[in-house]
Amino acid sequence: MNTISASAGAPAGGSWEELVTVALLGTERRTPPGSTPGREAPVALLGAAAVETLRRRAGVRPARAAARPEPAARDPRPALPPAAARRLAMLLADRPGTGGGGRRGTAPDLMELLPQWLALANARGFAAPPQTLPALLDAARGRTDLRPAALAFAGPRALWLARLNQEWRFALRSSPGGGAALPGPEEAERVEQLWQEGLFAERVALLSAIRAKDPAAARDLLATTWATERAEDRLMFLDSLRSGLCADDEPFLERALADRSRNVRATAAELLSALPGSALAGRMAARAGSCVSLDRTGGTPTIVVEAPHECDAGMERDGVVPKAPAGRGERSWWLGQLVEAAPLGTWPERFGGRAPEEIVALPVADDWRAELHAAWCRAAVRQRDPGWSRALLGAPSAPEAGGPGAVSLAERSKLLATLGADERAEWVAGFIGTHGLSEAFQLLGVCAVPWAGALGRAVVDALNIARDAGSYPWSFSGVMGLAERCLDPAEAVRLDGLTSVPDESENAAPGAGGYWAEAFQRLVTTLRLRAAMASELAVP
Amino acid sequence: MTQQAVRWTADQVLALAPDAASRKAGSKLGAAGPWSEAGSSDEGTVWGLCRGSGSKPYRTVIDIADSTGPAYQCSCPSRKFPCKHALGLLLLWAGADGTVPRGQAPDWAEQWIAGRRERAQEKRTAGGASGAASSGDPEAARRRAERRAVRITAGAAELEQRLADLLRGGLASAEQTGYGLWEETAARMVDAQAPGLAARVRELGTIPSSGPGWPVRLLEECALLHLLDQGWLRRERLPDDLAATVRSRVGISGSADGPPVRDRWLVLAQYDTADARLTTRRIWLYGAESGRTVLLLSYGAAGRAPELALPVGLIFEAEVSAYPGAGQLRAALGERFTPPAPTAIRPPGVTTSQATARYGEALRADPWLDSCPVTLDRVVPTPDGDSWQLADADGDLALPLTPSARSRPDLWRLVALSGGAPVTVFGECGHRGFTPLTAWAEEGTGDAVPLC
Repeated sequence: MNTISASAGAPAGGSWEELVTVALLGTERRTPPGSTPGREAPVALLGAAAVETLRRRAGVRPARAAARPEPAARDPRPALPPAAARRLAMLLADRPGTGGGGRRGTAPDLMELLPQWLALANARGFAAPPQTLPALLDAARGRTDLRPAALAFAGPRALWLARLNQEWRFALRSSPGGGAALPGPEEAERVEQLWQEGLFAERVALLSAIRAKDPAAARDLLATTWATERAEDRLMFLDSLRSGLCADDEPFLERALADRSRNVRATAAELLSALPGSALAGRMAARAGSCVSLDRTGGTPTIVVEAPHECDAGMERDGVVPKAPAGRGERSWWLGQLVEAAPLGTWPERFGGRAPEEIVALPVADDWRAELHAAWCRAAVRQRDPGWSRALLGAPSAPEAGGPGAVSLAERSKLLATLGADERAEWVAGFIGTHGLSEAFQLLGVCAVPWAGALGRAVVDALNIARDAGSYPWSFSGVMGLAERCLDPAEAVRLDGLTSVPDESENAAPGAGGYWAEAFQRLVTTLRLRAAMASELAVP
Repeated sequence: MTQQAVRWTADQVLALAPDAASRKAGSKLGAAGPWSEAGSSDEGTVWGLCRGSGSKPYRTVIDIADSTGPAYQCSCPSRKFPCKHALGLLLLWAGADGTVPRGQAPDWAEQWIAGRRERAQEKRTAGGASGAASSGDPEAARRRAERRAVRITAGAAELEQRLADLLRGGLASAEQTGYGLWEETAARMVDAQAPGLAARVRELGTIPSSGPGWPVRLLEECALLHLLDQGWLRRERLPDDLAATVRSRVGISGSADGPPVRDRWLVLAQYDTADARLTTRRIWLYGAESGRTVLLLSYGAAGRAPELALPVGLIFEAEVSAYPGAGQLRAALGERFTPPAPTAIRPPGVTTSQATARYGEALRADPWLDSCPVTLDRVVPTPDGDSWQLADADGDLALPLTPSARSRPDLWRLVALSGGAPVTVFGECGHRGFTPLTAWAEEGTGDAVPLC
């Protein structure tokens, strides 16, 4: 660069630092190196600085490398098909609050489809594209319900990444051992070490993992340190025995009935009562049996209830809570607990070999019906007894199924959960067919996704009826949202007729037809999107 | 015109979106739900009716057979271009699931296409005839240019005075004078029709509040501004190339009159920067045959996306013409011969020390250059205290990231892509460090991952 050196002259020994000092103080106070004071001094300084700046810039060299990060563990899963990768990027880009808020319009709610997408991708065993990991971690950070699926999909590299960024530390907490594989039951030494020295979360994870593979080994492991654990830890550990519960657990649970902590005792009793063959279940059956009997003296056989008069030490040891909550009679409170914990199998023999349906149909004397049926419901849920669940649910079209009866909607949905998927869907379809959608939300929540054909048709028909009745669609936004996520995409064809704006009828709310068309359009679009999602994730 | 025979991929369609919001909105409409009477013709027209919230569906029609890129028409009120309906329709068409069958265009679509083709024809014939007329009065143009040069010279002289005053009083006082003085000087440079000088002056005003080390940066920028002033004032004595560089740095935009170079251009990166008045889009292209790297600039009014959009990682055949000036990489995009298509081609990479050497050499041609485009081969993103660097996988040297690059969320995409393994990174290498723009992993699909 001749032009620069020509105008500025060589910086005579003047280092860059000197030039900066002179520039800071000003040429009035300090003369630039290799220059004369006066009017030309600033120009000389600028010239020299220009030369130095360029020299410094042209001389920029790389720095010494810092310690390189340990490479992330390999992810052996196959890569996502390109179309699915694009779809994922789209779903992740749809953050809540970016959609303009307010009315939802006809566009699908992409963020709501992410859980389904993740479940599908995990089921097919695909690996996450690495560049999507930051967005996945951010999504999982904001929504705890997404975490398990998102982290499973994100795989080992997400944990590697989380170690580098404070904001994603939750991922390390959510996967015990920072993602290191948990030892299996066969690695006795590592199991022993982790059980003795691990953090609480790691120990719970270890216990659950072993319980899943070898229930007895998990119980034995827990027994080794049981006496020395803190009460709240004992409660959590005991809770992990819930999965894989079997008759062999009884001795251990029976010992836990004498635990110092009341919560531990209650949990042990609850677990024992779910084992119909256990001694505790037998004791409960005897107690409940002495309270509930069949009176054949009258014209029709009637169930007679004589609630317990006291809560003795034996009952208390078996997990009965003596103090009733405010507003409840203590005798009925105790009765409820006894019946709930008694094996359901005892009732048919007590009632002359009647089937559950027949028992439920028997009249109950003195207003005990609601109390007794509610306790049976809890027992059916706890013992996962489909026969009793079916009997207690009754026919979906029965008038009391929809109204306030002995069995609340929350209990109904729990009872439904003990039935097989097909039966569940059929029952809910029948329920909607008779009672409409206003009570169906909770029940729909327990149905398998995608909804079975009959159930889907029942929902669509009911929505159609609601539209014709002239109400606004947002009265059904909960069901609409569920339908978007759960309706079988194959049903989209049947919906086409509903997406147009109908003629306004006299009794319709003003403008409702347009909003309904919009809501149905969104439903159809979402269904098509889900169909596309599933086909993109299909294993080639 | 045979390109319409090939359906585009969804990537190619999404690359047309003016911004992320449109991309999202468009992809939501890329399902058959709201569409009716959609179809496409052999002449490269795609049309359809999209039901929106109103009673009448929007009429959307797209001409994909145009050599200057697709053209869109939609009856929706959106000012985005292309609008989400156009994007959604193209996605639907790209999906090839039978919802956009071949067919005869309806009248409303046919009319628009016919009108377009006619206008294009007129323009072409008119262009041939008025070639001489537009450059009309060369004498007047020369006089205008002379008047402007005189003004710029006056502005440059005034700026020299300002700089001398500043250095006489010392930079320490610049901290107190604040932004106002610079803003005023910048306005004077705008009056002097030297937008390049104005931008640099405005930049000076922000330096004193830019954190530790500001006096060094302020002196550097003052010195380079002085160098530019001097370059302008003595431009007659400079070599032609360098004089052209000075002119473009001062803000006199030349015309892209370099010979058109036909090549297969790989889109390396595309990113926008915005200020209160203008959105500037920079697109880096790499010529697969020529090995040249060129920069396309396009502008949009504040808040609106520039019109030109090219999909990163895809390749297309086109002509580009360079703007004048030594070390200037800017070029203008001429005729495009193929739509962008996927490719396995990647730009050849260098080591970190070769990258800095390349910047040093680029400074010889253009001393005002802040950074130059470089592809780093086999580097590992490495945490270095609070900062990050790109370290040679096969050496012990590393380039630090620029302060702005290390605070961007895209940094984490790069880190995630690497997973501690070497990656290829294209970006801008300069005196402040390296700004990653696009990366390629060695494993996996090897697709280009945009980082900006």
